Amino acid sequence: MNAHSHTYALPADLPLDSGQALAGVEIAYTTCGELAQDRSNAILICHALTMDQHVASENPVTGKPGWWSHAVGPGKPIDTTRYHVICANVIGSCMGSTGPQSAAPDGEPYGMRFPVITIRDMVRALVALLDGLGIERLHAVVGGSMGGMQALSLAADWPDRAARVLAIATTARHSAQNIAFHEVGRQAIMADPNWREGDYYGANAAPDAGLAVARMAAHITYLSEEGLTEKFGRRLQDRPDGQPGVKGFGFDADFQVESYLRYQGSGFTRRFDANSYLYITRAMDYFDIAEEHGGTLADAYAGSTARFCLVSFDTDWLYPTAESRHLVHALNAAGAPVSFVELSAPFGHDSFLLEVPALDRVVKGFLDG
Amino acid sequence: MAEGVDRVDTLRPDLAVIAAHVPEGARVLDVGCGDGALMAALRDGKRVDARGIEIDPECVERCVARGLSVVQGDADRDLTFYPDGAFDVAILSQTLQTAARPDRMLAELLRVGERAFVSFPNFAYWRMRWALMRRGRMPVTRHLPVSWYETANIHHVTVKDFEALAAGLDIGIENRWFFTADREVGVGGANWRAEYALFEVRRA
Repeated sequence: MNAHSHTYALPADLPLDSGQALAGVEIAYTTCGELAQDRSNAILICHALTMDQHVASENPVTGKPGWWSHAVGPGKPIDTTRYHVICANVIGSCMGSTGPQSAAPDGEPYGMRFPVITIRDMVRALVALLDGLGIERLHAVVGGSMGGMQALSLAADWPDRAARVLAIATTARHSAQNIAFHEVGRQAIMADPNWREGDYYGANAAPDAGLAVARMAAHITYLSEEGLTEKFGRRLQDRPDGQPGVKGFGFDADFQVESYLRYQGSGFTRRFDANSYLYITRAMDYFDIAEEHGGTLADAYAGSTARFCLVSFDTDWLYPTAESRHLVHALNAAGAPVSFVELSAPFGHDSFLLEVPALDRVVKGFLDG
Repeated sequence: MAEGVDRVDTLRPDLAVIAAHVPEGARVLDVGCGDGALMAALRDGKRVDARGIEIDPECVERCVARGLSVVQGDADRDLTFYPDGAFDVAILSQTLQTAARPDRMLAELLRVGERAFVSFPNFAYWRMRWALMRRGRMPVTRHLPVSWYETANIHHVTVKDFEALAAGLDIGIENRWFFTADREVGVGGANWRAEYALFEVRRA
């Protein structure tokens, strides 16, 4: 479908949770669907860790359809004949918004001089974009995984900016296990000799091996054991000459699951920047909405005027249903109108990106209701 | 408004009575709200701020799809997360007998709600008594159509049992309605004659 790509330059420095400020911030975003005259039909879709602003239109880097194109478009659950959909690349990323590979004021790439950012900093930049677009109050803010964290952060800290908050397969805080997996990924990147303390942009090699391992480890957390077993089991990979696979008594990718992970890892390095991976995973690890509001999650939503809808998946062990329930209880305590449903889907955490008909019905019902 | 009234008319009789007695604009919690028919009627007909709890995910999905705020959860466990007096009215329709501890659930209802509507099948209905006496087996009837081993109704209760429980918990009974074959029946001999009962209760 048709979407328009834009870049917005923030008119002022962006203050950050670390106490620093980021100058010259640019935000790359796409829009689709007409904005109503009274600007009341805008939906902000927030993307996950390695996604980007190309939510419903072809991704110019990979040539693949937008990451949520089955859910966003004319007549789809997020219907672009009714809504004006905005999706922006988060700061710290590498798809056009300011991040570690952007030029610092001295003209050289930031690298590790880029300040450590938080989810709330990403949202602060998104709110600045909404200010620039003249959108006072969103019809809805929507996101899955890290996108859901942004939606929840926006609802907590800018409570008047969204009438509806739809957060899918997400959490109000990163758990020790979540942080642990991210740390494995970061260590893999930083152990790659090509990483060079983050100063590799001018070099002829990037820390692709480290980034690929990081992606492989993370990818496992996005799938369910049941899904992996069904897709690969213990099946062996066919030989390059088409002969059936045999155990090679070596360390090539004998198993299909190994081959799949290696493919996922190497494909990822062609579209993602290793330093961005470090910064964004760090932001997720720092995420804890309760901590940002005096230690009580319900207090974060005491002033909220939004309706909330939370969705979890029964096979998601990265952000399991218990995390959504924890949030539901806090929203109940705050008196906020909240819906919550645990959907059954076999794909683990990735279910939020895949075609789950029940999710489509919930998304459409909540946004149109 | 007319649409809302129509919907009230098509509700199950106990729900229609509840809908008629919930005040305009009230804050309502419907515990075990099913597909949200009552909540939708209250929202559309009486501008009620309705919230629901429902254990079945497909029911929750239908509720969300009709724009209702419903949380998938287990009333036995999740009522504790609502603050005291958060609602004007709490509703528990045909669910009390499925609770792990009906006494505690009743107390919880009146902790979160100023008053409550509670409906349940009356196990002392004469057809039940007759079936039990004649056959010596747990009754399977129109209103309780599931065998004892697979029924969700784990705490069978009668009109008199409920009245005794209310007295024991110091809960005031404001109103009572009785139904048989989906028609309202009189109060006289209700413990024999009523297939199911509806009580409006309040903290004493």
